Amino acid sequence: MCGHCGCGAKAGATVINLQTGHEASLGGGETGEHLHDHFHVHADGVAHAHSHDHDPAHVHSHAGHGHDHHHHDHHDHGHHGRRHSHDHAHEHGHTNHDEAAGLVLDLEARILAKNDVLAARNRAWFAGREILALNLASSPGAGKTTLLERTIGDLHHEVNLFVIEGDQVTANDGERIRRAGAPAVQVNTGTGCHLEADMIARALSELRPPPESIVMIENVGNLVCPAMFDLGEHARVVILSVTEGEDKPIKYPHMFRSADLMILNKLDLLPHVDFDVDRAVAYARDVNPAIEVLQVSARNGAGFEEWYGWIRRQSKLLKDTVFPS
Amino acid sequence: MHELGITRNIVAIVSDAAKGRKVRRITVDVGDLSGVMGEAIAFCFETVARGTPLDGTALDIRRVAGRALCATCRSEFEQASLFAPCPCGSRQFTRLQGEELKIRSMEIEGEAA
Repeated sequence: MCGHCGCGAKAGATVINLQTGHEASLGGGETGEHLHDHFHVHADGVAHAHSHDHDPAHVHSHAGHGHDHHHHDHHDHGHHGRRHSHDHAHEHGHTNHDEAAGLVLDLEARILAKNDVLAARNRAWFAGREILALNLASSPGAGKTTLLERTIGDLHHEVNLFVIEGDQVTANDGERIRRAGAPAVQVNTGTGCHLEADMIARALSELRPPPESIVMIENVGNLVCPAMFDLGEHARVVILSVTEGEDKPIKYPHMFRSADLMILNKLDLLPHVDFDVDRAVAYARDVNPAIEVLQVSARNGAGFEEWYGWIRRQSKLLKDTVFPS
Repeated sequence: MHELGITRNIVAIVSDAAKGRKVRRITVDVGDLSGVMGEAIAFCFETVARGTPLDGTALDIRRVAGRALCATCRSEFEQASLFAPCPCGSRQFTRLQGEELKIRSMEIEGEAA
């Protein structure tokens, strides 16, 4: 029904706990257990979301308090190059000389505000437990799952790794991760083309990672839509394989701009492909001067010590943020 | 096609703010650099609005062109893409507009307050 990839966000989305086999619907489904989120931006500028069990008779009342037009405070704070602003909604009547004039309400509501509120909640949940959450994004087939399999095999003596696996359908990748030795929850987005913050919250309630663990979120293979949705991760990693074009960073600037780290994967294939590494890095830095770059081969393990070093640095950074010395 | 989810958000936010009143028109700002296609939102809107308080509501999408202030030559310039350089060649700039993704206003049927 939709123009590009026919994505129906959350239509038929499910979360499968691969340890217990428990499967839950994420909305749009028929199971009686899905939570129904309501979100309100109040006229005093406080936005909050709350969930309750779905109940068609549920009524919300709001004190609608209008007030005069005032200067909006927009608090922008950088988070890995993504900006979150807090919005204020208010109503006022426009004196309009058109005889069919209605009441015009200024909403000034950010469309992604609901996702950002839920992402902030996830971020706080992670921080309070000193859990490092990484959001891994790439095109389909760039090697995310293979990279995770090797990472789990190498690091499982050092840290508890958990994986939230996002795919449109099948639990194939989730099963691969589980066989590699990490508890995993498979989020099948159905026709959805990206993970959203509420899916992560739901997956965490199944996964229950303990304090000081690492949660790897493997996003749906797509360089477009996942860029726009903050999941509450500590850092975002974009994986680009040398079998793709080196101009990917400028073709998909939103993703590369929002990433903290670019991993160039499939380095072992470099002799066989026309891929200009320096140019790919230059393009990525054009879009995002602060982006870090690592070069690896998930097949033979080249460059993985640097990747693990980056992960350890991020863990320390997270702990320092939670408990500033 | 993340515009479908975004359109659902628009309908949810406006329906909530309408508090049961009939909405004649909503105005949405979509920046050229926001990563969202206004055409795709318009395409989804009628379908998403069906059966909600926004059934039959007019949707005005206002494009917001990308503009930035160059840190090198201090001039303002229009940006067709996220990282397009200033005509002077510099890529050091402060974005002024173009990443908006917000519902600006809604018009309710009835008497103006």
